[in-house]
Amino acid sequence: MDFLAIFSDASRAAMGPEAAIYALAAVGLNMHFGYTGLLNFGQVGFMLVGAYGVAVAVATFTAPLWAGVMIGIALAIALALLLGIPTLRLRADYLAITTIAAGEILRYVYRSNFASPVTGGVYGLTRFADPLYAINPIPVGQYGFGQLTFSDRSLWIMVISWSLVVLACALMFLIIHSPWGRVIRSVREDEDAARSLGKNVFGYRLQSLVFGGVLGAIGGMLLAVYTQAVQPDAYNPVVTFYLYTLLILGGSGRILGPVVGSLVFWFILVFTDSFLRQAIGTGLIPASLINPTEVGAVRFALVGAGLMLLMIYRPQGILGNRGEMILGDR
Amino acid sequence: MTAETVLGLSRLGGVAPEPGVAKPDPILVADDVTKTFGGLRAVQVTRLEVQRGAITALIGPNGAGKTTLFNLLTGFDRADSGSWSFQGRSLAGLPAYRVARAGMVRTFQLTKSLTLLTVLENLKLGSREQTGERFFTALIHPLWRPREESIERLADDMLARFRLGHMRDEFAGTLSGGQRKLLELARALMVRPAMIMLDEPTAGVNPVLTQSLLGHIKQLRDEGMTILFVEHDMDVVMGISDWVVCMAEGRIIAEGPPTTIGSNRAVIDAYLGTHHGRRAGAEN
Repeated sequence: MDFLAIFSDASRAAMGPEAAIYALAAVGLNMHFGYTGLLNFGQVGFMLVGAYGVAVAVATFTAPLWAGVMIGIALAIALALLLGIPTLRLRADYLAITTIAAGEILRYVYRSNFASPVTGGVYGLTRFADPLYAINPIPVGQYGFGQLTFSDRSLWIMVISWSLVVLACALMFLIIHSPWGRVIRSVREDEDAARSLGKNVFGYRLQSLVFGGVLGAIGGMLLAVYTQAVQPDAYNPVVTFYLYTLLILGGSGRILGPVVGSLVFWFILVFTDSFLRQAIGTGLIPASLINPTEVGAVRFALVGAGLMLLMIYRPQGILGNRGEMILGDR
Repeated sequence: MTAETVLGLSRLGGVAPEPGVAKPDPILVADDVTKTFGGLRAVQVTRLEVQRGAITALIGPNGAGKTTLFNLLTGFDRADSGSWSFQGRSLAGLPAYRVARAGMVRTFQLTKSLTLLTVLENLKLGSREQTGERFFTALIHPLWRPREESIERLADDMLARFRLGHMRDEFAGTLSGGQRKLLELARALMVRPAMIMLDEPTAGVNPVLTQSLLGHIKQLRDEGMTILFVEHDMDVVMGISDWVVCMAEGRIIAEGPPTTIGSNRAVIDAYLGTHHGRRAGAEN
């Protein structure tokens, strides 16, 4: 058993671009779910329109990358308005139903035959982020120490995405600790109380949905430029539930909850994966018990069991406050 | 008491005790307000006037439509028909938050304290004209900080007035039921309304706190505030109200000063049923 290798794998995942991207999308979800009490089950839909906004603009219409980013953000705002305007006056469940459906509808539309001249259909689009890598200031090579290394390309995306995570958290901090944030939290606690004090609950919910949705879209764009590919089936509903998982793991309604949650989530996920593979490879776990091809499934079962333990012994998440949770009865 | 309110109250003395009667200086006037739930006519109010600067009690048996009327007037529920104006401005069909901004603020039968906001934050939330409640302004601290400080001073005064100062930085969820009622009233006052509508302000509050709460309500009236409240406790109604409106089966069946409303035939019938004899009326 090479624990150093397992540890390096897990750390690489926790520090890598995916963790940052998931953290960013989960910061948006934290705005929705943690602070406003909106049940958005379609955050992946926002990631999808962001990712495809860039990919389609650049690969299909040969627009510059920055224009693609603007289009992605505009699409996220449009999606938030489209989902929010009919549902945010209604009970919370309606947004949940609508968003989960919208995410799937978007995926099917983008992968459909009739859209394939624009979106590339099921195969998606590739190599649309070259301009971004062309301005990569990091010289070609591997960076890090021991087995924990990153390529210059990964490092470049890490710099960009973690910077954006820091920026998003700073924005969240400012906005939550402002009078706007006070109204948002009051909407989460009791919308009728907020209304009775002259607050336009619908308007605040819509603003929250747009803001968090844009953060999700930026996450999606980063994922697209990191992998240099968009493929519709990568944006399936499971992604949203990973985001919920890591948000609750880190502590929902905490500024840094989604960031800590993403680090821990990716660390544990890759740690169990790497550990199981090694344990099977060295015969510690007999191959008759777990086949190497089943590792992917088993690790999720283990992560699920770990989450159940967390919910039993620390339901408020890593950064959460137990007293608040009991008071809030959530 | 200011001269104006004394005048307002003494004027009320000459008003005839009839349902829908005109008041000398009404702040709220409602006409033909109706609401049906399925086949049930929950509210059918032909005319209601609420006197400015007075405490008006809204009484009636369970299911009389008192809370529904509150919900309709404050925009929390949509009326089937009817019109009503507040300070001369029509409020019919306006959403709840705009009714509150117009100066008519309500509280709730089941207290809605915002549990995960501190007591101070609860109060600050009530204040108006805070530009920091707009998304982009909120991001720039200096734009809203001065206003926030004046709001905080106002909130601290309010906390002192309602003797909640020691709970200032606690979560509102840690308050007792009675303290929550006080908090809700204080928070409503932060909106600087011209009229407050209290839905059962003393329900579930211990007798000592009830007295203090009623003291606050009276004092507000003496400062010129108009108060309309729903109440079941007849001692409370008799003790503080200047005028009593009685509803039954969605209609206003009687109005009058608190001293005489208890002997009103329609009120006795509504509470005890039409077939009760005079003895039952005497008990009431």
